[in-house]
Amino acid sequence: MASKDFIRKRFFPHIWCPGCGHGIILNGLVRAVENLGLDRKNIVMVSGIGCSARISGYVDFHSLHTLHGRALAFATGVKLSKPELDVIVPMGDGDALAIGGNHFIHAARRNIEMTAIVMNNRIYGMTGGQFSPLSGYGTMGTTVPYGNIDHDFDVVDLSLSAGATFVARTTTYHVHEMIDLLTKAISHKGFSVLEVLTQCPTYFGRRNRIGDAVQMMETYKTGTTRIGSKKKQENPELIERGIFAQKELPEYCREYDSIIEKAKRK
Amino acid sequence: MNKTIRFMQGNEVCAEAAIYAGVNFFAGYPITPSTEIAESLALRLPESGGKFIQMEDEISSMCAIVGASLTGNKAMTATSGPGFSLMQEALGYAIMAEIPCVIVNVMRGGPSTGLPTQVGQGDVYQTRYGTHGDHAIITLTASNHADIFRMTIEAFNFAETYRTPVILLLDEVTGHLREKIEIPEPGKIPLVKRLRTAVKAGVDYHPYLPREDGRLPMSDFGDVHRYNVTGLYHDMWGFPTTNPPVVYGLIRHLVDKIENNTPRITRFRKYYTKDADTLFISYGASARSTLHLVENRRKRGENVGLLELQTLWPFPAEIVRDACSKVSLVIVVEMNMGQIAKEVKLAVNNPENVFLANRIDGELITPTDLRNTLRVIQGKGV
Amino acid sequence: MAKTQLKEHHIELGWCKGCGICVHFCPKKVLEMDDQDKAYAARPEDCICCRMCELRCPDLAVEVICESPNKKKAAAKTMEAANE
Ligand SMILES: Cc1ncc(C[n+]2csc(CCOP(=O)(O)OP(=O)(O)O)c2C)c(N)n1
Ligand code: SF4
Ligand code: SF4
Ligand code: SF4
Repeated sequence: MASKDFIRKRFFPHIWCPGCGHGIILNGLVRAVENLGLDRKNIVMVSGIGCSARISGYVDFHSLHTLHGRALAFATGVKLSKPELDVIVPMGDGDALAIGGNHFIHAARRNIEMTAIVMNNRIYGMTGGQFSPLSGYGTMGTTVPYGNIDHDFDVVDLSLSAGATFVARTTTYHVHEMIDLLTKAISHKGFSVLEVLTQCPTYFGRRNRIGDAVQMMETYKTGTTRIGSKKKQENPELIERGIFAQKELPEYCREYDSIIEKAKRK
Repeated sequence: MNKTIRFMQGNEVCAEAAIYAGVNFFAGYPITPSTEIAESLALRLPESGGKFIQMEDEISSMCAIVGASLTGNKAMTATSGPGFSLMQEALGYAIMAEIPCVIVNVMRGGPSTGLPTQVGQGDVYQTRYGTHGDHAIITLTASNHADIFRMTIEAFNFAETYRTPVILLLDEVTGHLREKIEIPEPGKIPLVKRLRTAVKAGVDYHPYLPREDGRLPMSDFGDVHRYNVTGLYHDMWGFPTTNPPVVYGLIRHLVDKIENNTPRITRFRKYYTKDADTLFISYGASARSTLHLVENRRKRGENVGLLELQTLWPFPAEIVRDACSKVSLVIVVEMNMGQIAKEVKLAVNNPENVFLANRIDGELITPTDLRNTLRVIQGKGV
Repeated sequence: MAKTQLKEHHIELGWCKGCGICVHFCPKKVLEMDDQDKAYAARPEDCICCRMCELRCPDLAVEVICESPNKKKAAAKTMEAANE
């Protein structure tokens, strides 16, 4: 099956702005699913609210477009009630980590098998460019007209300490790496997190004078490096990409199966 | 016949009835006075392969049951005021996306943290209007264990029939009271199964196109039909739209499928109403005290009766109007500032004959309270 | 090693939003924007079938159709590494 068979072509061109990185993630995602040879009937995509969340309308899977911040909670119900489904949960940075932060850490803690994709554009795109918890100190947004005094946190560190068993980061520039990491994240037996740095040229790029989509992607090329690379030692400012954790720990749905066994034997 | 007679709490009865109704997914977060429902189901669900999960809050609990319902399961959650407040956004989602599920709210005194261990009936309006936007909702109540059993099953049945969330509104008193119950034998109470589409793979399936009878056959996530579910206004395939006729059609459908079926959804009990001159209207724990008083007064030859409402929403205005048309005095008994009393006044022809007998101090309203109120209304003094 | 041969660039003009990503990051400067702000292959003969344009297009508008598709991925990986 070709990757284009995984999209709902009738809704194209999609609603995202020219150069929006969310489209590159969609592009990579359908290729990862193609690589994995997954059956569309077994995939459920659950998303919240945001520009990013609109991704679920474009994939020809079972799609559940939910509430701002709550995608992982809906996904938990889907997965636990029918563990044979592959559950993919793309989220914006605000969606996943501001309003949805609590669900994020608890889904990670349970190690319930699903793939959380944090489409991190460091801004609230859908509502018009307000700062997000990942914007970072000193950035500009419509609700921080004098500059942001909120500090951000590191999605990878947060995911690791919350207990995610697969944690990785990439960017929309590094598309082969993105497809590879998406493939690994989706096939991981446990809660997986993939952070993708993605450009919102319309708001983050413009407000912060980084420029258009192309220029923003250039910053991903120059501002990031592979984990443990020599470049990182020379320039600690660089953001690392790659796999930060990949381990097998008891998975929630399989653990619950053993609870059922126990209850039945009672 | 081997009767199963058990002595249990109202909350446990609710859990048992849910099992009887075929619940196989529960998500919740502990809160007094509803926690026993979660505890019972944590124990009981896995025995039959069902799933129980304690979520991180009530928001996620409500979301999780929507997810579980979409894979083809009968799903429920249980909570009390503060948790029910947190569920409102996802409750609206379930209404909009037409997801069958059951939400139990065992009421305590509110607002806010209020009276965690004491009774109140202040959430009647919240069940009706708690979530934003125009909508219709089904809310059921019960005042004794046999009826908690019945109404829990009705809640699941209505959820499936009308493809909608249903709220079962209990209260601290009925939830915590221990009394005898005869558990009906399996098969005795009819159960409504999930209506699934007969449309074959490869043929266009419309998850949001009502049949002629108004029902909407579903397809489980994981089955052959891949469609979209959203809280946005959507077309018959489930995809977002802002097309005015489609938007209009959907909101009308969401409201009409419930409001137009009010007679089918209405459940009530009448006690001594035939020749009654004074009619009490009540529900839940208040109805227990009212029934007690009515029976006492009847023994003294007074023509008093009770209409116990078991369906609060959609409000059974016709039943109420009819029952009130033959009496000279109507007293609505509830533990709030008159939420159902207001509805009764709107429904009847002579609202000036409708009085409220209430308690709002966290204590159960008693037959003595009612007797005193009755005397005041009748001008006899306490 | 047999060289991968380009057959054509299929660019879905109705989907292309003219962001210029494919043009800018093409390692061989094969692509350009036309006067309607849509991408097109100005120098197809220089194309090495790395498919970076296809994979980076946010609008899923590009398809690079090549002969001997098995070799595509290897070529592409080399290009990405070279670009780092
Ligand atoms: C409960 C609630 N609060 C606020 C909103 C408004 N809202 C919609 S999307 C959004 C933020 C989107 O930002 P992000 O999640 O980072 O995704 P992006 O649009 O940048 O892809 C907000 C605040 C909402 N829909 N629901
Ligand atoms: S506003 Fe930003 S995030 Fe939203 S579609 Fe436009 S570029 Fe993408
Ligand atoms: S990357 Fe895609 S959308 Fe952007 S200019 Fe090229 S073809 Fe058009
Ligand atoms: S396949 Fe590679 S070389 Fe050819 S046009 Fe695309 S990016 Fe350029």
